[in-house]
Amino acid sequence: MTDVATNVAVSISDLRIEVAGSGVDIVDEVNLTIAPGEVLGLVGESGSGKTTVGLAVLGHARRGVKLAYGDVMIGESAMLALGEGALRHARGTLVSYVPQDPSTALNPALRINKQLMEVLEFHDFGGSNAARKARVQEVMSEVLLPSTPEFLRRYPHQLSGGQQQRVGLAMAFACRPSVIVLDEPTTGLDVSTQAHVLTTVRQLCHAHNVAALYVTHDLAVVANLADRVAVMYAGRIIEQGTAKELFFNPAHPYTRHLIAAAPDMETHEMVGLRGRAPAPGRRPKGCSFALRCELATADCMAEFPAEREVAPGRVVRCIKPFEVPQRTDHVAVHSSPIAASATHALMVRDVCASYTGHQVVHNVDLYVDRGECLALVGESGSGKTTLSRSIGGLHREWTGEILLGSERLAPSARDRTTAQRLRIQYVFQNPYSSLQPRRTVGDSVARPLIIGGASKTEAARKVGEMLERVALTAGYANRFPDQLSGGERQRVAIARALVSRPEVLVCDEVTSALDVLVQASIVELLGELRRDLGLAMLFVTHNLPLVASIADQIAVLADGKLVEAGPTDRVLHFPEAEYTKRLIADTPQISDVTS
Amino acid sequence: MSNNWGVLKFIARRLLLGVVTLFIVSLVVFAATQLLPSDPAQAILGRDANAASTAALREKLGLDHTAFYQYTHWLKGMVTGDPGDSFNARQPILDYIGDRVVNSLFLLFLASVISIPLSLWLGGYCARKRDTTFDNVVSNAMLAVASLPEFVVGIILVLLLSVRVWHVLPAVSTIGIGQGPWSDMRGMILPTAVLVIGAVPYISRVVRASMIEVLESDYIEMARLKGAPESVVLRRHALPNALGPVFQVIALNIAYFAAGVIVVEALFNYPGIGGALRDAVRVRDIPVIQFLVMVLATVYVVTNLAADVATVLVTPRLRTRMQ
Amino acid sequence: MTTVAPAPTTAVPDEPEIVSKRPPGVIRVAFRMWRTRVGMIIVTVLVLFALFGRYVAPYGEREAVGLPFKPRGETRKSTLFGSANVGHDVWTRFLYGGKPILVAAVAATALALVLGTLVGLVAAYNRGRLDDVLMRIMDVILALPQIITALIVISMFGATTKLIVLTVGLSTVPRIARVVRGAAVSVVERDFVSAAESLGESRFRILLSELLPNVSGALLVEANLRLTFSIGLISGIAFLGFTPDPGAANWGLMINENRKGLASNHWGVTWPVIAIALLTIGTGLVGDGFSRAAAGIDRAKGDS
Repeated sequence: MTDVATNVAVSISDLRIEVAGSGVDIVDEVNLTIAPGEVLGLVGESGSGKTTVGLAVLGHARRGVKLAYGDVMIGESAMLALGEGALRHARGTLVSYVPQDPSTALNPALRINKQLMEVLEFHDFGGSNAARKARVQEVMSEVLLPSTPEFLRRYPHQLSGGQQQRVGLAMAFACRPSVIVLDEPTTGLDVSTQAHVLTTVRQLCHAHNVAALYVTHDLAVVANLADRVAVMYAGRIIEQGTAKELFFNPAHPYTRHLIAAAPDMETHEMVGLRGRAPAPGRRPKGCSFALRCELATADCMAEFPAEREVAPGRVVRCIKPFEVPQRTDHVAVHSSPIAASATHALMVRDVCASYTGHQVVHNVDLYVDRGECLALVGESGSGKTTLSRSIGGLHREWTGEILLGSERLAPSARDRTTAQRLRIQYVFQNPYSSLQPRRTVGDSVARPLIIGGASKTEAARKVGEMLERVALTAGYANRFPDQLSGGERQRVAIARALVSRPEVLVCDEVTSALDVLVQASIVELLGELRRDLGLAMLFVTHNLPLVASIADQIAVLADGKLVEAGPTDRVLHFPEAEYTKRLIADTPQISDVTS
Repeated sequence: MSNNWGVLKFIARRLLLGVVTLFIVSLVVFAATQLLPSDPAQAILGRDANAASTAALREKLGLDHTAFYQYTHWLKGMVTGDPGDSFNARQPILDYIGDRVVNSLFLLFLASVISIPLSLWLGGYCARKRDTTFDNVVSNAMLAVASLPEFVVGIILVLLLSVRVWHVLPAVSTIGIGQGPWSDMRGMILPTAVLVIGAVPYISRVVRASMIEVLESDYIEMARLKGAPESVVLRRHALPNALGPVFQVIALNIAYFAAGVIVVEALFNYPGIGGALRDAVRVRDIPVIQFLVMVLATVYVVTNLAADVATVLVTPRLRTRMQ
Repeated sequence: MTTVAPAPTTAVPDEPEIVSKRPPGVIRVAFRMWRTRVGMIIVTVLVLFALFGRYVAPYGEREAVGLPFKPRGETRKSTLFGSANVGHDVWTRFLYGGKPILVAAVAATALALVLGTLVGLVAAYNRGRLDDVLMRIMDVILALPQIITALIVISMFGATTKLIVLTVGLSTVPRIARVVRGAAVSVVERDFVSAAESLGESRFRILLSELLPNVSGALLVEANLRLTFSIGLISGIAFLGFTPDPGAANWGLMINENRKGLASNHWGVTWPVIAIALLTIGTGLVGDGFSRAAAGIDRAKGDS
């Protein structure tokens, strides 16, 4: 290709990455360019190959992965063809990497100062020790961290998550590279820290004219940060374009689904999509999305669509771009709380909870009625998990009253009656650890019934019914959790919680560990079940936009205190508390770009 | 600095724990020896001894006093350096055992000086050359040898090098009384070799596993992505993080020797405390048994303590947590 | 608040492709490896020798076949490998000598397994006071090397089989307890244990059905390690001269008592050495197979 734009910082052409040894493709036919000062968001769900592409820009492949074919050009350097010494030099001076998890990527045995200085030393930046020290000071202030000797002498574990991530940024920008690859750097950070980090990234990139490749699964972040976006599915880029255009008018059906599934405070609906992306080695000849696509035809299955430019700068790999499927059978359903009764289904009165003597929840009052969903929103450290676990009987150190209907609940689940335990059920965050791996799905789901006194045959029948209810098949009962995907496991966990027909369901961050599309399906499922079974649902989350799609009422918790409560719409659009206002302002959303 | 205060407190606490453990061990050891089904005095003098001499011996040995008195008396002796007399040898234990302790310590020292560096190097090298032929062959060989009991290793060496196949090394040690163990270095070769061969396979595998875990970690990848030369990656990034477990391993090593010494000395007739313990057990020489057991237990406890403290000092995360 | 109901759901499984069968457990994965199979074969052969050898022995256990340490051909009665200490037939003594060691080692390990697992699980699940107390007791037992504990007990009460089994078993308990506790501590934090607690399952039931199955990998490996060590320890004690019945055949004892005749007839030493060596290498190989299988499974799980 001879159109060497002078305005290209990094250019990836026809990149193919394989599993070492077997030749199975992880990523294929990837073409990307980024201009200096531009942020390109590389979006995809887990397993799409996006992290692998990010690492390839540094000429790095993890164990078992081979960079098989293609070019990565940064300026004049062909990253994939460089020798060892040249490659080492390029890493840091030409291109650098900001890791996903700074708590493991920073060496726990070395002080911050050392870790910053050494990247300058490796590349002999500045020519002298004094120059390097000055640079450390400079870059620390750029990322808004103190550059005092005391701070620099700290070890990574003595910093907060946000501070660790900024050190990661500082290390990346230290030698003034022309390209930076950021791999989901705000995972695990709370909303306000995330907002700060993103602002810093944007400022630094623009100030120093650095091209950034931002790898993430979070559409809202990308919408607010990136200039251009590339969407990956099953190892291939299926759409590219400017952020504004792409989010406003998605061309590829998958992109459309992603946007529809993303939580957003303006649009209340979250539409999920069943199925999962084909794993490496199981990718069909034709379009890999065809199996899940409503628009798919025989032509789609025959061969993978070629790249098409549908507008200037807009590239899609689909034979039916911009087509919107007809959705005729959707019925708007109003959620109706069950006729108000005198007592609430769940009532929390003046509860104070502590964690090993340290008080984390202060005098909280709330209640949930049947048929209603209350979202308990807070960032990490707000006490929401301690509170929800106390309600579930999993945490004992609390005072106050928790009432199930008109009955007082004992602090520990063991001290509650069997009936009480079965009337209030809990769904956990991590689907990979909430099911006993050595027990079949059927046995796990049947436990509450067996405890409630049902016979084995009776229990088996109800289990089958419940599995169908959560949109799995009764046949799943004989499988083991290892054989199920994350979304399926979470459905099983929900089935287990609902099989004894509880009145109250506590959902503790149940979608945080799931991909966007799966997350939306689970939220849909929960909404449906709540309506059909008349559940009183307490939905604990840190994700504010998610709340808009599922909850009638919202209670905001900060530092263990209830700062605001009320109907969702009111709180989200007319927040009263300062904390809530800040939280909403710091939360990125797709609608920020498209409205 | 507040750092150091916290670490000192930790050391003090750990030390206290060690002392308490030894105290309890001493109680157990003493209680076990108090539960004799028969009368030690009679056992020593034989069945036909007359009552008077038995009674005299009983008094001399202090067997007529209460258990509490006997225990405190014994404990005081142990701590002040006068553990009393051996039943059997009719002489103060320290005279009887003194040389042997020196001999055993020398053997332990030699074995440690060879096996610790060897294990560290071998484990580290195999970790770097992971999954290559070298690593596979060495790992399998180490596995086989690690499974063998030490005396079997010893006998095999004796069969091969001493008695049947070649005749290069002596099968029995010939250190005389009053001479230092270094007087017969050729005789030291086999006992040392057996101890080393017993320890190295096991310990190098632990080192290898620990190194591999470090080499696979995110911060090592990050260092490479920063453009660090490989030598710096290993020296500055990998090594400090691998050290913690290594200290535990060294403690394991020494503890292993404390036990192995018994069998090895028996095998080669090496005049050390292992042999003395075995002999004492045979004739129920209680004071000697008590003394030797406490010596070995102290070695065990002290090395574990040292290893724990060293691990904390070397791991910044643990060190600063002490604040 | 409105919810948009999707099209009527027909159950669409998330994975329309072929569902894999249940991933095999540690034991099955281990037995696919050559090392486990080879180890198992070796162990089986030696166990057969040890247990049933006595029924095909040419002479009686204490029968004299000639002068001591005479090579084959120079003994009064015909022998395969000559005579041993006190004029016994080497081959006969060898065929008789495995059982005492094997039985004692297996019994001791089994005892330690049951007690150690219980202690480890209880300590891990209860944390807090009980955990501290139990682990301190374990530490005291661990303060002495196993061979020394055995020697102390033997010096007091003499060497009976029951005593040896008890001593070796009890001194192994803390080693197993530590490993089980270590593995169980990470299981206790997983949500399925909390799920069981929220249903009010009894503590004992949680130990047995939630914790135990999920530490079985580590347990298997450690049990095997302990068995290998116990075999070495018990034959070592015999080698030092401490056996229940000095006249009975015992591989460890044989090595010791036939040492003096090494120059004239080495078979009295060589055969038991080979046997013990092969037995321990065999169990070591099987254990290594388990260990790799467990690690491989853990690694695969981590890729979710």
